[in-house]
Amino acid sequence: MKFTKKDILGIKDLSVEEIKLILDTAESFIEVSTREIKKVPTLRGKTIINLFFEASTRTRTSFEIAGKRLSADTINISASTSSVVKGETLIDTARNIEAMNPDAIVIRHSAAGAPHLLARMVKQSIINAGDGAHEHPTQALLDMMTIREKKGRIAGLAVAIVGDIAHSRVARSNIYGLTKMGARVIVAGPAMMIPRDIERMGVSVYHKLEDAIKDVDIIMMLRIQMERQQQKIFPSLREYSNYFCLNRNNITLAKDDVLVMHPGPINRGIEISPDIADGPYSVILDQVTNGVAVRMALLYLLIGGKS
Amino acid sequence: MKQKKIVMDAEALDRSLTRIAYEILERNKGSKELCLVGIRTGGVFLAERLRKKISRIEGADVPVGILDITLYRDDLRITDRKPKLGRTDIPFSLDNKKVILVDDVLFTGRTIRAAMDALIDFGRPKLIQLAVLVDRGHRELPIRADFVGKNLPSSAWEDIVVNLTEKNGIDEVLIQDSNR
Repeated sequence: MKFTKKDILGIKDLSVEEIKLILDTAESFIEVSTREIKKVPTLRGKTIINLFFEASTRTRTSFEIAGKRLSADTINISASTSSVVKGETLIDTARNIEAMNPDAIVIRHSAAGAPHLLARMVKQSIINAGDGAHEHPTQALLDMMTIREKKGRIAGLAVAIVGDIAHSRVARSNIYGLTKMGARVIVAGPAMMIPRDIERMGVSVYHKLEDAIKDVDIIMMLRIQMERQQQKIFPSLREYSNYFCLNRNNITLAKDDVLVMHPGPINRGIEISPDIADGPYSVILDQVTNGVAVRMALLYLLIGGKS
Repeated sequence: MKQKKIVMDAEALDRSLTRIAYEILERNKGSKELCLVGIRTGGVFLAERLRKKISRIEGADVPVGILDITLYRDDLRITDRKPKLGRTDIPFSLDNKKVILVDDVLFTGRTIRAAMDALIDFGRPKLIQLAVLVDRGHRELPIRADFVGKNLPSSAWEDIVVNLTEKNGIDEVLIQDSNR
């Protein structure tokens, strides 16, 4: 099949065939990162701008490494050191970047829809690296890749996503992706963290961790966003971890070969206990490895051919 | 009606590969330090067949790798369709190895240029030799094969099709009018 998308804005816009093509391509890219010379000439002469308006280590580094392993020139702009602090608007920043003629722009922004606005404004390929609480498509793709790698399939698996579903772009993108690929998705968290009508996305809802993870194949723990503690959406961290921390006791409720995933950064002892994060069920670092391959695949598919 | 002609049947194809296997062993004085790398997709099956033949003749097992050259192509920039990327799998070191690169058809030479660039990224082979089932001419780069199954002078508007049992159910080489 031919990949014709100009941008990757969300999993919602991707077809099952497109997701499969991205995952297949990503699998082939794994090998490049295991070589002694971790570089192929595919995107030589292409320029990729990483435009990050929010803090990020993993995603930004992952995109930068992905671009560099394909021989593209990658340039990082973070909001704190850019003209944004001088009051430049997003559209003006984008137009100025466009005038320098890059081939792709990777953007993370706290406002949902910022990448979509950019995609309409500029001719370059836009990749959404996380927009507000909306979508984080590359995270969902690397999660699906990790599941497929470890389980051999996605269809028919039961996946529990636990934590602050309402504020999680990771959860939203994964719900779109996993349900499209035929998995059964369960979400769980305190009532304040479950959006109303989330069932319409095709998921079942539980308010107890123990109910949610019973007999599941995959547990995806979400990071408790400490910065939201001020918004008083949960009484205290201790109470949260009493009810929703994945630990060696409650994990026995899941299937024997359960996979534990987490998009990072992890809060040890809050949503996941250290022995589980580092334990045999954890594939958290495989997710990070696969993240580079998924981003290489997207860059290849978007700007690898004639633009 | 499209013209189609069989230029090699199953026996001819097998005899050519047998001869190539002997030639490889003769030129390299045995199978020491030898390895085979097949270029996706046609070359992969041919490399595997050569491995079996060499093992039968010499009693030695020669490692076989798979190379996908998509990421090294020089026409990605100008082609509209993005070729589907396959997996490269060379599970051994190429340092100081005698690498026999295997492909089905040698045409412009651009695939081989890309393959050599890719191989060099994996290490420093002692030497690289090229084995092809069919050499159809029309080179655009200064490249030639060391081992050739059949020289097949062809017109640029003809297609050479190599069918192998492993993927097409039959062993044969066809020459036919191009779809282009």
